Amino acid sequence: MNVQAMKVIYKFEMLRAWKTLTQTIASPVISTVLYFVVFGSAIGSRIEQIEGVPYAVFIVPGLVMLSLLTQSIANASFGIFFPKFTGTIYEVMSAPISFFEIVVGYVGAAATKSLILGVIILITANFFVDLNIAHPVWMVAFLILTCVSFSLFGFIIGLWATNFEKLQLIPMLVITPLVFLGGSFYSVSMLPPAWQTVTLFNPVLYLISGFRWSFFEVADVSVGVSLAMVIGFLILCLGIVWLMFKTGYRLKQ
Amino acid sequence: MKTILKISQLSKVYESGYEALKKVDLDIYQGEIFALLGPNGAGKTTLISAICGIVSPSSGSVTVDGHDIITGYRETRSLIGLVPQELTLGAFDTVWNTVNFSRGLFGKKPDSAYIEQLLKDLSLFDKKDTELRALSGGMKRRVLIAKALSHEPRVLFLDEPTAGVDVELRKDMWALVRELNKSGVTIILTTHYIEEAEEIADRVGIISGGELMMVEDKQALMQKLGKKHLVLDLKQTITSIPESLQAYHLKLSVDGNQLTYTYDTASNRTGITALLQSLSDQGISMRDLKTSQSSLEDIFVSMVRKDA
Repeated sequence: MNVQAMKVIYKFEMLRAWKTLTQTIASPVISTVLYFVVFGSAIGSRIEQIEGVPYAVFIVPGLVMLSLLTQSIANASFGIFFPKFTGTIYEVMSAPISFFEIVVGYVGAAATKSLILGVIILITANFFVDLNIAHPVWMVAFLILTCVSFSLFGFIIGLWATNFEKLQLIPMLVITPLVFLGGSFYSVSMLPPAWQTVTLFNPVLYLISGFRWSFFEVADVSVGVSLAMVIGFLILCLGIVWLMFKTGYRLKQ
Repeated sequence: MKTILKISQLSKVYESGYEALKKVDLDIYQGEIFALLGPNGAGKTTLISAICGIVSPSSGSVTVDGHDIITGYRETRSLIGLVPQELTLGAFDTVWNTVNFSRGLFGKKPDSAYIEQLLKDLSLFDKKDTELRALSGGMKRRVLIAKALSHEPRVLFLDEPTAGVDVELRKDMWALVRELNKSGVTIILTTHYIEEAEEIADRVGIISGGELMMVEDKQALMQKLGKKHLVLDLKQTITSIPESLQAYHLKLSVDGNQLTYTYDTASNRTGITALLQSLSDQGISMRDLKTSQSSLEDIFVSMVRKDA
């Protein structure tokens, strides 16, 4: 096990975030505040409670997930895409390091950054509303699982992308719609029955539902199903990354 | 001599169908400086990339110090340092950070004293806190060398180390290569400059079209280099070489007005005086004469042409 290599990759990636600290911290804080002003105060004041939870509070888990998903993917995909783009990846390829160690380094750093981000958003939210977390342990578990699996997913995109356009394509065209339609800002039960069925095919729904349950004990689907879906997604991503390294996909010719 | 790197029947066919390496066999001895010489696109970089793990070989095997590069990649890659051809460096990292990153990547514990000495040897120490994007091309090349040496490798690959490097840095670089070699590092470098191979290498391999065409000791090459040609332009054309001149193994040109004599400058008696005497005895008069040296370049060009 090449522990040193995992350490330096992790450190390198964390340092990258540190250098762009304003961007790393300010942008999620600002966007969270904006969401609160628009959805929480302006629109939320006209919406009744949802399943016994005030609207401004109800959207907090969805907001956290929204940022977590997009940032995990952005961080991890850029982290591996950029060395590929500049060519510095040659060094990682020629180092005595296994696929597992590379993934731990890059994905570990991306997931850590997302986790910190999630905590920052929760703290920011706390200034606007009173948050009571019913199941803190489950909340943290969902947070970590989401950060890791979507960082892995981002890593896959970064490996797959051959140019900057492709790098943006999936987050923009797939992830953002899925997050918005996955019940970030509403309960699925508010949708007409036909759309409720469609929404059940959206994997992000299970994430948000489970995460929300850990706060308010209200959920669109049962928490067990949510957990199973997140872990399933994690395993799927791990499998894909393993296969990519095994075949040298987009890395080795 | 102990073989440190053994390449057997190594082939590489890219997905496009391009055959970059064709069953290459090569042994590199421990402690030598080996120059791999070849034109652009000959397969030099592919060969190095395959050994270092950047390109997957299609068939054949490579062992480094007895370890297979696939099954024992941790051992082989720890032994190898690679200086790539392109100046591939991050932009916002500092010199110090990037060299330490390399060391860690190769599984070595941090060692500030070693890195400090390395940077001093490469005249980079005063730039240690400079961001990589602010460095000149020559400096970047040195950083790449520092990165390759950061984990104290025993085999160093230098892929066209002097491409785009000025004379001064080139001199420094060769001094460094010799120094490293003295400390026991085996060095394999690629180049398309023949003089470089002549100047620094113990052995030279010529690669073209993915095939290793020749591997020779520099001594043997020097002997080939020692051969000179004396070309005699004749006043009158002759149809055949006279019987009495057979001993000189002369070559008559097709148009019959040029004779070529090949001799060895290293020998005591080149036979030139005797030849000229014999020619005049035969009544063959000359209009002009010139001598030329067969260089490694000639050998190289003729080999590469034959292949094309």
